[in-house]
Amino acid sequence: MIRWFKLVVFMACLAPLARLGWKAYEQRLGANPIEVITHSTGDWTLIFLLVTLSITPLRKLTGQLWLIRFRRMFGLFAFFYVVLHFLTYIWLDKFFDFHAMLADIARRRFITVGFTGFVLLIPLAFTSTSGWIRRLGGRRWQAIHRLIYFSATAGVIHYWWLVKADIRKPREYAVVLGALLAYRIAVWAKPKLTAGAPFPPFRKERERVGQPAPEG
Amino acid sequence: MLFRRPSDIPSSEITPKNQYLNRRKFLAGAALAGAAAAVGTELGELISPSLIAQANAKIDGVQKSSFSTSEKTTPYNDVTNYNNYYEFSTDKYEPAGLAKNFKTRPWTVTIDGLVSKKQTLDVDAIIKMAPPEERIYRHRCVEGWSIVVPWVGFSLSELIRRAQPLGKAKFVEFTTLYAPAEMPGQHDRILDWPYVEGLRMGEAMHPLALLCFGMYGEVLPNQDGAPLRVVVPWKYGFKSAKAIVRIRFTDSQPVNTWNKMAPNEYGFYSNVNPHVDHPRWSQATERRLGEFLKRPTLMFNGYDQVASLYTGMDLKKNF
Repeated sequence: MIRWFKLVVFMACLAPLARLGWKAYEQRLGANPIEVITHSTGDWTLIFLLVTLSITPLRKLTGQLWLIRFRRMFGLFAFFYVVLHFLTYIWLDKFFDFHAMLADIARRRFITVGFTGFVLLIPLAFTSTSGWIRRLGGRRWQAIHRLIYFSATAGVIHYWWLVKADIRKPREYAVVLGALLAYRIAVWAKPKLTAGAPFPPFRKERERVGQPAPEG
Repeated sequence: MLFRRPSDIPSSEITPKNQYLNRRKFLAGAALAGAAAAVGTELGELISPSLIAQANAKIDGVQKSSFSTSEKTTPYNDVTNYNNYYEFSTDKYEPAGLAKNFKTRPWTVTIDGLVSKKQTLDVDAIIKMAPPEERIYRHRCVEGWSIVVPWVGFSLSELIRRAQPLGKAKFVEFTTLYAPAEMPGQHDRILDWPYVEGLRMGEAMHPLALLCFGMYGEVLPNQDGAPLRVVVPWKYGFKSAKAIVRIRFTDSQPVNTWNKMAPNEYGFYSNVNPHVDHPRWSQATERRLGEFLKRPTLMFNGYDQVASLYTGMDLKKNF
């Protein structure tokens, strides 16, 4: 059952690419097809990164444990779309002008940060197999795979820095990413607070009531 | 095959544009005549001639211009469906649909500031000031793409001379219509509406600077800046203000909208210059729509005749 479901999800993840391909074949990519391809692959990279990051919170909050079985697939699709995005840049946009690309990476901060986000994903894709989890050991593997937090942040900043004036779309991504990262911080901070606190948390809360609220 | 691509359609099946336009005109005319007969009024009273002049109407008596480039013009479809027109949307593919019902008549333009006679003119009076010319210009967007457009209009200087600016007028400022009900993009304060652009007097008087009301031999489509815009081909596209309602002469440099929004990225001059990069991207090359490989961007977008306007100026500082 889950194998069939996995196949369906896999095909669905390929749909954005299929749609692009179909539109290109029909010559319906508009006046600036390369721009459309660049934006679309970039958008889907961010979407898959956020979907990957939402698996754990969803699983914990809903108790639907089977969700974890899709996390790797979503993560690898994020990598798949970022590779397409990068190929679009070096092939269609720059046409292998490596001099111009190096200048871009060094001088244009939105390219620098985007390229960083891409590079950070490479070790994650490489060590995504069960064999590598075994070889590295769960704890170390997990530590490495936390790089996705930085990669996704870099991706959103990359988008934010490239728009001219209308930051609404990058802001949407930033809000979702912020919520997903805040969940991690809350999970990470909670046991520490309770363990280190001299009083039970509710007591601490009560003490705080009498104090003036911090500015800002 | 289920869908036929344009290349599969034999050219004999494609109706020449003037023929189907005539057909449309005939139908519209017939409908109007019918309506007029029904209400019992004169056709001329029912609908003003300027209203008929809208919607893909051909502009008569367009003269060729020696300023035109011989480069291949960008397909009409691309120029009318790929528009940076934030008053409607920040998505370049949306203004075509969102501007469909934009009302360009009646339309007046206020001419004020340092002029001998402040006045408000009907746009059709302005259009008739001088014979229309076709100017095929390169048009370079600050984002790094370019098109070649056969604009229709006449030199902006024709209007300025008639407006009789005072001797102390040093700049011309253009203001775009502010009407959020008709221009849905203005509901969001992406930019500080209304859109304002400006030129130094010498730039505005240069014969290349065009006061434009048409393209491809027809009345300007709404999404391309109807009913009246300027086209300044040696500057980045955003300098060419659209849907102009006010032309003001001043002695101080106007604050143009993009300059206000990001002063370190968009200057007042904004001349096309391959040697001065945008802080976030290179301006050395551009993609001509329809071409695969990028081409080098030319100084002043290839309009070297304007160089004398800037002698002695540091164009890196005055970007």
